Amino acid sequence: MPYTPHTKDDVQAMLAQIDIEDEQELFDSIPQELRAKQFELKDGLSEFEVYENFKELANKNETSKVCFLGGGYYDHIIPSAVDALSNRSEFYTAYTPYQAEASQGTLQALYEYQTLICELSGMEVTNASMYDGGTAMAEAALMAIRITKRDKIIIDIGVNPIYIKIVKTYLAYHDIKTVVMSLEDKLDSLLDANTAGYIFQNPNFFGSIEDFTSIIEALHVNKSLAIMSAYPIALGVLKTPGEMGADIYCADGQSLGNYLGFGGPSFGILATKQKYVRNLPGRIVGMTNDRDGKRAFVLTLQAREQHIRRARATSNICSNQNLMTLRATIFMSLLGKEGFAKLALQNYNNANYLLSELKKIENIKIFNRSPIFNEFVIETPLSGDEFLDKMSQRGFFAGLKLESLFENFEKRILVSVTEKRTKAQMDSFVSSIKEVL
Amino acid sequence: MSATIFEKSHIGRGGIRLPKHQVQDAINLPKSLLREEKAKLPELSEFDVVRHFTNLSKKNYSIDSNFYPLGSCTMKYNPKVEERVANLDGFANLHPHHITNAKSNFIQGSLESLKILEDDLKEITGMDAFTLTPEAGAHGEMTGIMMIGAYHKKRGNKKRFVIVPDSSHGTNPASAAMVDFEVITVKSDKNGAMDVEAFKEAINDEVAAVMMTVPNTVGLFNPGIKEICDIAHSYDALMYYDGANLNAILGLIRPGDIGFDVVHLNLHKTFATPHGGGGPGSGPVGVKDKLIEFLPDLRVGYEKQKGYFIKEPSPYSIGKVSPFFGNYMISLRALVYMQTLGKEGMINVSRKAVLNANYILSKLKNYLDVPYDTFCMHECVLSAQSLYKQYHVSTLDIAKYLLDFGIHAPTIYFPLIVHEAIMIEPTETENIDTMDYFCQKVIDAVELAKNDPEAFKEFPKTLPISRADETKAARSLNIRWQED
Amino acid sequence: MKKYTNEHEWAELDGDIATVGLSDYAIKELGDITFVELPEMGQVAKKGESIAFIESVKAASDIYAPLSGEVVAVNSELDTAPELLNDDASQTWILKIKVSDSSEMDTLLDESEYKIFISAL
Repeated sequence: MPYTPHTKDDVQAMLAQIDIEDEQELFDSIPQELRAKQFELKDGLSEFEVYENFKELANKNETSKVCFLGGGYYDHIIPSAVDALSNRSEFYTAYTPYQAEASQGTLQALYEYQTLICELSGMEVTNASMYDGGTAMAEAALMAIRITKRDKIIIDIGVNPIYIKIVKTYLAYHDIKTVVMSLEDKLDSLLDANTAGYIFQNPNFFGSIEDFTSIIEALHVNKSLAIMSAYPIALGVLKTPGEMGADIYCADGQSLGNYLGFGGPSFGILATKQKYVRNLPGRIVGMTNDRDGKRAFVLTLQAREQHIRRARATSNICSNQNLMTLRATIFMSLLGKEGFAKLALQNYNNANYLLSELKKIENIKIFNRSPIFNEFVIETPLSGDEFLDKMSQRGFFAGLKLESLFENFEKRILVSVTEKRTKAQMDSFVSSIKEVL
Repeated sequence: MSATIFEKSHIGRGGIRLPKHQVQDAINLPKSLLREEKAKLPELSEFDVVRHFTNLSKKNYSIDSNFYPLGSCTMKYNPKVEERVANLDGFANLHPHHITNAKSNFIQGSLESLKILEDDLKEITGMDAFTLTPEAGAHGEMTGIMMIGAYHKKRGNKKRFVIVPDSSHGTNPASAAMVDFEVITVKSDKNGAMDVEAFKEAINDEVAAVMMTVPNTVGLFNPGIKEICDIAHSYDALMYYDGANLNAILGLIRPGDIGFDVVHLNLHKTFATPHGGGGPGSGPVGVKDKLIEFLPDLRVGYEKQKGYFIKEPSPYSIGKVSPFFGNYMISLRALVYMQTLGKEGMINVSRKAVLNANYILSKLKNYLDVPYDTFCMHECVLSAQSLYKQYHVSTLDIAKYLLDFGIHAPTIYFPLIVHEAIMIEPTETENIDTMDYFCQKVIDAVELAKNDPEAFKEFPKTLPISRADETKAARSLNIRWQED
Repeated sequence: MKKYTNEHEWAELDGDIATVGLSDYAIKELGDITFVELPEMGQVAKKGESIAFIESVKAASDIYAPLSGEVVAVNSELDTAPELLNDDASQTWILKIKVSDSSEMDTLLDESEYKIFISAL
């Protein structure tokens, strides 16, 4: 048993210390009739056999095709230093930094993370992360309800539909009205005195960019909160939630140095205005000093959290996605001010190049009316499945089949581009589309 | 030096070269859509960044470098093979939207791993089905309580309350509140178990669920558990098992056999995945047959013809609690660990975890107060109340003393029902030498408390900082770096 | 004259206006106070209902209305200086209530009764 170090002598010494004959005696308090009825698992294996088993499983997954699939989860560069540093076991195998003196590494990295997110988003404060973009949005909605003491949440059709489902699940048990707008709905007609918040996304799920500044002003006149989701990479160039006046910013952080990993772990960003800081759920790190006046970092405002406030806490969340925020912190530090802006621009340029090439193909319709950032929606004469299958035979994950997420979106595909796509790959994608159509 | 990365920034440095830009610079957006100036991220070379974070890492205690006997947290060794598997390209770079596209052919390996995991967890717990989508223990609790809410709703039951014992984890009442249940707290008896008489008084027709931790949070098995299950069921209240302490009973007890209806597990605890400084975790939830129709969406099925596939969601499903399969890569690591252990290895885990905890208890019981004088399960609760009364040396003081000797402090001031609580969970992966060293340091601390109580104010002395001013942190909030 | 509740609030009545604070004992138990969530003016509470909230580094607690009535003043100094409560809780008021039934005052503990009450805790 490589993970339990007990020799026979050790066990004998321990039993003698405890003053018992057999370790079974330690379990005497458990009545026989409550013991496991069965426990049929396979025999244990060496790590080498286990690795081979999983290698075989990994080979049954398909990751080798050129990826134009996005929809909130993107195939971005990950610098080697992100893996090297985040895999240091001092970070990797540490627990929650409750003992500040023995956790300054984790705490300072989180403080730097909070700062980076504020700089990137233009928001004033943020926490140490939520589980993912969807649960961050659900917590944002609950925050808006707590702050405004109102009971209606309006969600724009352009919000990631997977997040919308999560928000609906979280809100279903409270007396809250959740309205998801259709493409035709106008916000003015839905906004009323009960509206706690309006959730929107920029660029929206279809890739379109808009300026929400005047909408946010209208929300504020109505004393409702503006909850904005935005793809973090896009904030390298696009107007930030802070600049638009948003009250809460939420997003998924996968694109900041984290692997796709079949959807998780990633992390959720949740940022807000200073005046709402006590309504934030989750951990927050603050700077202070130690008794000798030296700079120190600690978990702070803990009285909001479940381990103190129990049923009255801002949320039941206990953990954060700490390792993923560390990766994001290293990622953003490596890219820096210039690199991050350039990365965003490359995504924009690549996507707009591909869009302009696809526009030249006669039987492709482009769904977007506004400018796009890193993805856009095409409509082909083929069914979604036929299109994706034919393109996959030519070596591409060609995009996201929107009919799985929206009604009346047959034949529409969300095509996403990152900085990793070369011009040759994009040109080959275009010529393959011409072949299959 | 604790300079932030922002103070190390120099205009003009950069830590990365991006791929060559091959298409035309086409940005042609109105100013109203663009940010006014670039985000003020720090400017450093790759080497600067590597040195900064390497030095930060050295300011942490971690399980690989230190004994970490945090009660209730199960800080066991995380086998390295887990990382090797997680780095396989077929897992690390797998896109989740193949699920949305319904292209199961691209994700057969991961779907198979999820099916194996679900089947193994069912066998381990005696439950009938699992959802693998919750991303942490607390997330699993919320998911479980949501299903309980949905169950009662479908049956037309009017339910308002969730019962928790006063020794419960804070997440229990907080999770119940997330699902809009009111919490009834039932006090513990002198053995730290939920008082059966008090429970009988609290239970009523409007109770939706009873949340229990087994063994409980003082590390003891509650012999009245079966009776509590039976009473709860007679009111059509469901029994919820908080899996925080599963490490004590692996292969010994199965919550499903005792009468629990819903179970959440903390894979990151019991099944040894790295904690990453506070997350990610993974909190799958198991249910009995009567609750299967309420499980969140995304469950894996298998048919010989089709291979592995995503099942159609039930019309009564509570919906989505996470985007896809939660923290999948953490669940995968847990499965790797489970396969290295196998049946005998898993039984050995609980045996040795309990042996280790009792060894420590037996060595320390003459030096600290013992609130419950009996064998413990996988963790033991001691108290420094006498020391505090006599010498004004608190549990916190002892915790800080231990830090100076390379030992991470045990859990302190929890459970709330024990004054000056010190809760020690060594786990099965620690050897006798480490535990002897730990016990000696606790005994040294007790001796020092008697001889020189004032000395404790100074600990820790050897760490990057001395005791931090948490009051200042909360009163003059500084949670992001800003240039003066 | 101050009178006390079992939840450690004190109240001092002047005409129909009660000044409300927390006892030294309560503040000592909570530790360093970091935040007081004050009610809005005009908020109405019955005796025993939660009317404000107080946080310290390690704890959080409701403040309950010692008497029924309407909030007519709050000590907004506490927004920026919650430490005033640690300096002297008996002299630091938190809020004032226009009481609807001053006879409720008779149900509260006087100083010596309160002292006996906390000595048993």
